[in-house]
Amino acid sequence: MITTDDCIEQLLAGSDRALARTITWLENDDPRAPDCMEKLYPHTGNAFVLGLTGSPGAGKSSLTDQIARFYRKQDKTVGIVAVDPSSPFSGGALLGDRVRMNQLVGDPGVFIRSMATRGFLGGLAQATDNVIMAMAASGKDIVIVETVGVGQDEIDIMRIADTICLVLAPGFGDIIQSMKAGVMEIADIFVINKSDHDGADQLYSEVNSRVLQDTKIKKNHWAAPVVKTVATEKEGIEALAEAIEAHQHQLRDSEGFLEKRRERIREQTFQMIHFALFRLLREQLIENGRMEQLVDAIIERKENPYRAMRDIVDEFIKIPA
Amino acid sequence: MAKKKIKIIVAKPGLDGHDRGAKLLCRIFAEAGMEVVYTGLRQTPEMIAEAALQEDADVVGLSSLSGVHSYFFPKVVKILKEKEINDVLVVGGGIIPEEDIPELKKAGVAEIFGPGTYTDKIVQFIQENVTG
Amino acid sequence: MAGVNKLEEVKSNREKWEQGPLDKALSRFGERQKTFTSISGTPINRLYTPEDISEGNYLTDLGFPGDYPYTRGVQPTMYRGRFWTMRQYAGFGSATETNSRYRYLLEKGQTGLSVAFDLPTQAGYDSDHALSMGEVGKVGVAIDSIDDMRLLFDRIPLDKVTTSMTINAPAAVLLAMYLALAEEQSVSWEKVGGTVQNDVLKEFICRGQYIYPPGPTMRLTVDLIEFCQQHVPRWNTISISGYHIREAGSTAAQEMAFTIADGIAYAQACVDRGMDVDKFAGRLSFFFNSFTNVLEEVAKFRAGRRYWARVMKERFGAKSSRSMMLRYHVQTGGVTLTAQQPLNNIVRVGLQAYAAALGGCQSLHTNSYDEALCLPTEGAVTVALRTQQIVAEESGSTDTIDPLAGSYYVESLTDQIEAEVDAYIKKIDAKGGTLRAIENGYIQKEIQNSAYRFQKEIEAGERAYVGINKYQMEEPPPENLLRIDMSVGEKESAKLKKLRAERDQVSWQASLDRLREVTDAGENVMPAVIDAVKAKATVGEICDVWRDLFGEYRPKEFV
Repeated sequence: MITTDDCIEQLLAGSDRALARTITWLENDDPRAPDCMEKLYPHTGNAFVLGLTGSPGAGKSSLTDQIARFYRKQDKTVGIVAVDPSSPFSGGALLGDRVRMNQLVGDPGVFIRSMATRGFLGGLAQATDNVIMAMAASGKDIVIVETVGVGQDEIDIMRIADTICLVLAPGFGDIIQSMKAGVMEIADIFVINKSDHDGADQLYSEVNSRVLQDTKIKKNHWAAPVVKTVATEKEGIEALAEAIEAHQHQLRDSEGFLEKRRERIREQTFQMIHFALFRLLREQLIENGRMEQLVDAIIERKENPYRAMRDIVDEFIKIPA
Repeated sequence: MAKKKIKIIVAKPGLDGHDRGAKLLCRIFAEAGMEVVYTGLRQTPEMIAEAALQEDADVVGLSSLSGVHSYFFPKVVKILKEKEINDVLVVGGGIIPEEDIPELKKAGVAEIFGPGTYTDKIVQFIQENVTG
Repeated sequence: MAGVNKLEEVKSNREKWEQGPLDKALSRFGERQKTFTSISGTPINRLYTPEDISEGNYLTDLGFPGDYPYTRGVQPTMYRGRFWTMRQYAGFGSATETNSRYRYLLEKGQTGLSVAFDLPTQAGYDSDHALSMGEVGKVGVAIDSIDDMRLLFDRIPLDKVTTSMTINAPAAVLLAMYLALAEEQSVSWEKVGGTVQNDVLKEFICRGQYIYPPGPTMRLTVDLIEFCQQHVPRWNTISISGYHIREAGSTAAQEMAFTIADGIAYAQACVDRGMDVDKFAGRLSFFFNSFTNVLEEVAKFRAGRRYWARVMKERFGAKSSRSMMLRYHVQTGGVTLTAQQPLNNIVRVGLQAYAAALGGCQSLHTNSYDEALCLPTEGAVTVALRTQQIVAEESGSTDTIDPLAGSYYVESLTDQIEAEVDAYIKKIDAKGGTLRAIENGYIQKEIQNSAYRFQKEIEAGERAYVGINKYQMEEPPPENLLRIDMSVGEKESAKLKKLRAERDQVSWQASLDRLREVTDAGENVMPAVIDAVKAKATVGEICDVWRDLFGEYRPKEFV
């Protein structure tokens, strides 16, 4: 049985096996996980995190594949986290992104990990962030996180990324209307994939005008570019890479950058504290059967959940004066 | 600790492109609560082992319909061992005559599921034999 | 068709029967199942009467064999004139071994040859390529060069047999070798007859033997069709296939629908090239499956003939009757064979062959009973051939044309399947055509959903499958299965080495350079391919020229 220390040491030295194993611990909320993250954290912060999201069928995985190959040509190492939804009924998942990136398998400079959304106690976004940090700590120059942008969870994941690309494709119905408002707002770059299909030009104009509107409203310094690609034909990839690079520059140079970073760390830390506290409380209440007793009492209307909450907090949480 | 999911790689080694069974099983495994990574066609043993390593797979399922099982399956097991991946359950299925099964098992394949096998039998075997 | 009054009479009598004797029987015995559906999921009524076909018009819907819309057959005398071609698919190991099997089958009464190539050849790799390891000669014969082709057809006169070659992405190469061989035998190309499958769209959908992306691969496909139209007039340039779609789990209607969708794409590609529909359409052929539900299969074939005729006439403006005929080869359903109690498969194949005969196919391959586990042994192949001969000579299916016509059930089902086909074609058109539908995974997902439904039915015991979920038996493992040994790969590699060393390097290199030029210039590649194979260029070498120019297809898998 490998120790946490050894595993982390190997991971930091670039062992894929150790990285894979560590990620599993993080996914499974293994008791070794917090220790791992503590040890890994100092080694993070050097990787550029690129987020790709969009509706199913837009061609995200093909795009991820092409972008990764582009970066590989520049001799950069790439980690890819491909997130797919778990079934709420069976709890299982079909992780179908890796199959679109077959050319990258076998390239020692690429590490691909498929991840299901499951039911992470600490929240999906945090779990994904941990995985991304593990990849960053192992020395990957770039980490690409790819999700299907239809749920709030997946949108939260995108906030982890430095640059967020929203991938759209013509012919998928009224995409812009049906996309969750949140994801359109956070996108830094819009990609019209399958731009050789009918309706591409129309979609392009729609997105452009929307972007113009948003830029005016938010008085952004960054007007999100709209890039046309045909991932399967390798078209537009360089233009996309250029847009990403431009955004990176803007990130570094803008005043908002530091504030954005502070906000992210603040949010993240609050979340982590929140879940750590909650996990403790939860364990307590479940272990001694107190939760079940409480549920019985509430059902019989002998107890009021709002009062119960106050009682429990008072009992368990002592805020130092 | 979160409930552990079984992570399974479903792979088609070699040039054969008949993937009805492989794709069907992907769906069945997901319905059984597993996390399924389908590698696609034209996988070499190296590619399959690499996927198993990166995904930290618990199970590798190999599908062969073109008579190449005796060539490919043991190779996959061998490369997994070379990468020091010793806790993966390797199973196989497809058009595989019974008389070839002992050799395959000796080479490290845990079980072979021939044509007509009920899918729940495969699921059960995996759930009962996956390590850790 | 009954007149309105007669129909009313039938209806009221039927209702009387339902309320009377039927009701009595139902309350006493009930029925075996709650609902009855075909293997395709189509609900089947207890009884069909003239009411079910009251809308039909004999002359416009059925007509006569050899006449538009060809529902009853593509030829006026059908099997009273000549039986279908008995064409058993065969090939394994080396060209020499396969040649023996061909001569054996021809001796035993087979009337046409059908070549099975190994996977490396189908995927455009030479036998010594890294990706060919372990696969040489396994599912078919290994052909690397014209020398192998010559051995394959040793003592077989190409003007006396027709040959069907199951080859798709590299079809141009294998056809070129065949044509070069005909020249060697002093057989004029005008006399050469046969088929190449040449259908890469279905490879993208469900079979996986593709090499190049869709655009370039369609170009090669049309080059072959164009070349043969001019120089090899008897050659069937494509065998648009539904067989594999069915094997992948589709329903009967989906099999027909997606095949026709592919056919429409190919015909359109030829039209876009500037070819005249009445010049090429007559040499488009098809390839379908035949499952055990005889009645459904017959309805499927009839629906297909009628629908394709309409497509060619209305959509493509064909004028020649030959352009509108759905001429097809049938293979009995491989996926229906069981490894359990293999002798049962003889019965299955018998029924499936009977369905093909009643359905009016032009040629037929019957599977061998031991094929669920491996390639067939000589004995099993003989039984398969005899099955065809018994159906042809003893069953009565060949004494009259389209005998099931007029059956209330079969006509009703024919109409139903045709309507389903039409609905699919309209949907695919709305999605931007067949290539788009494949790109988006629509066709693949439909097939997979059908496969899933079927599997669930079998496992839940809702559909009986003898030997699998009903009437199972303990049995000893089968013996004497055909084995391909690994040395085939080694022998072929050695041959290749010798070939490469001994051929004229200058003319070989020049031929490949010329091929590259011609391909790049957008000219028809066939003449250059023929010259290249004559200069001893191999399958892999020629395919590599194209890999370089076109790139390789990277499939988008849809699970």
